[in-house]
Amino acid sequence: MIEVAGVSKRFDSGLLAVSEVDLAVAASEIVAVIGPSGCGKSTVLRLIAGLESPTNGSVRVAGHRVEGPDRSVGVVFQEPRLMPWLTVERNVSFGLAQPDDGVTAEAIERVGLSAFARSLPKELSGGMAQRTAIARALVTKPPVLLLDEPFSALDAFTRIDLQEHLLEVWGWYRPTMFLVTHDIDEALVLADRVLVFSGQPGSIQAELILDLPRPRDRTDHAFHAFQDLAMEELGRSMQEAPPTLATFRPPVD
Amino acid sequence: MTRLLAKPPRDRIDPGAVPSQRRKRVPRWAVALIVPIVIVALWEVGAVTGTISTRLIPAPSTIAATIGDLATGGDLLGHVVSTTTRVLAGFVLGALVATLLGAATGVSERFGTLFDPTLQALRNIPSIAWTPLFILWFGIFETSKVLMIALGVFFPVYLTFSGAIASVDRRLVEVGRVYGFGTTSMIRRILLPASLPTYVIGLRNGLGLGWMFVVAAEFLGASQGLGYLLVDGQQTGRPAVIIASIVMFALLGKVTDRLLSSAGARFTRWQDGFTREAIA
Repeated sequence: MIEVAGVSKRFDSGLLAVSEVDLAVAASEIVAVIGPSGCGKSTVLRLIAGLESPTNGSVRVAGHRVEGPDRSVGVVFQEPRLMPWLTVERNVSFGLAQPDDGVTAEAIERVGLSAFARSLPKELSGGMAQRTAIARALVTKPPVLLLDEPFSALDAFTRIDLQEHLLEVWGWYRPTMFLVTHDIDEALVLADRVLVFSGQPGSIQAELILDLPRPRDRTDHAFHAFQDLAMEELGRSMQEAPPTLATFRPPVD
Repeated sequence: MTRLLAKPPRDRIDPGAVPSQRRKRVPRWAVALIVPIVIVALWEVGAVTGTISTRLIPAPSTIAATIGDLATGGDLLGHVVSTTTRVLAGFVLGALVATLLGAATGVSERFGTLFDPTLQALRNIPSIAWTPLFILWFGIFETSKVLMIALGVFFPVYLTFSGAIASVDRRLVEVGRVYGFGTTSMIRRILLPASLPTYVIGLRNGLGLGWMFVVAAEFLGASQGLGYLLVDGQQTGRPAVIIASIVMFALLGKVTDRLLSSAGARFTRWQDGFTREAIA
């Protein structure tokens, strides 16, 4: 469903954010990317979303070369990015070409916010705002859903709650999901495969295939084994390219 | 611990978060009237007791009587109508041009680079300085007056609107990009609503300047209007007439500003502003 081949991205500032990345995500697969901050993992997501264009290599979604943002790809950002002047309902239907109350109501129900359909964003908690953002991304039922550290600004309980919600939503129509996170547990709870990125420039350093059934028990031995493995890889990725003041510069956009 | 994991609490709006019952208080408008009433009362007492010379500063009761006389026999309504018409015509014209140009320079980088520096330079000319030229070009009748007012209204509206659009959160704009919005949708669905609150403030500033400029315009050869009444009061040595027209300006300015801000409030209710009670 998603094919990234030989992709490098150099920003105008001269910073090489990612280098020679190859990855593929099958239809309905959930792939998580973890890595130290500044390793280019969000850049890869933005390339797949069509929000950035690669300097080298090609990005394909559903067989088509990505030229720019496309309605077949839904994006959930780290911040909810709701339009503060619209109600939950209007925010969710924001991306629909034709407003459709039935479709909108279903998406809102999927994230459990029916009681708040007419609330304004300023009346929502952080978790509810992010659920609204998920509903907005889902309302068009995009075959591909990209999530850029979607729960990192939330408290631990809300995060776990939303992770469960996300799996339920995945069960709804099984979209292909590409999730960027810096939370190892989140990656292990959600993903079929975990890619460990190292920077800089960002490249894939390791791949973990999680053949564990869902829902996954965080106290399970196998889960712990994966945790250790991921920790080890993440530790190595940070050792290989320690972000120092001299080399680390945030991308300018 | 295990139970918490099995059934994590759902986030929800805290039902206890309703604002606490406040004591019944004197309404806001009544509080707002305290200061003017005290001033007027002291003034009246001063005039009656002779502490204040009524030859130059007539008593409030005299001013009220003057307004009454003007209203019944002196065509006060005619003056008010012609001044208000000039302000509104100038305001609509100035605000319209400012909105179009402000939107263009705010949205399009190329257009902004092309026009904004020139407009910023023109802004530094005190608009009243254009008066002699406007009179030469457009005569001393309505056209030059309305254009003067429009010019005064233009700059605050243009500057605030253009700035507001250019500073809309780029993360919201990116949401529009994700949905493949073109320029029109981006403007209509994201840029305009996001900059509306600031735009309303710009309009209110513009309207205030409109009232300022109408006085300047009417000083220069008008046969009707509150500005004319001011000059007339000065030339005929009637301070009560001058103060009466000043009072009318204050009333009209306040009423039109109030209309504009309550019309604007409908569109800006979503703002997550603080309430002053929370900090003081």
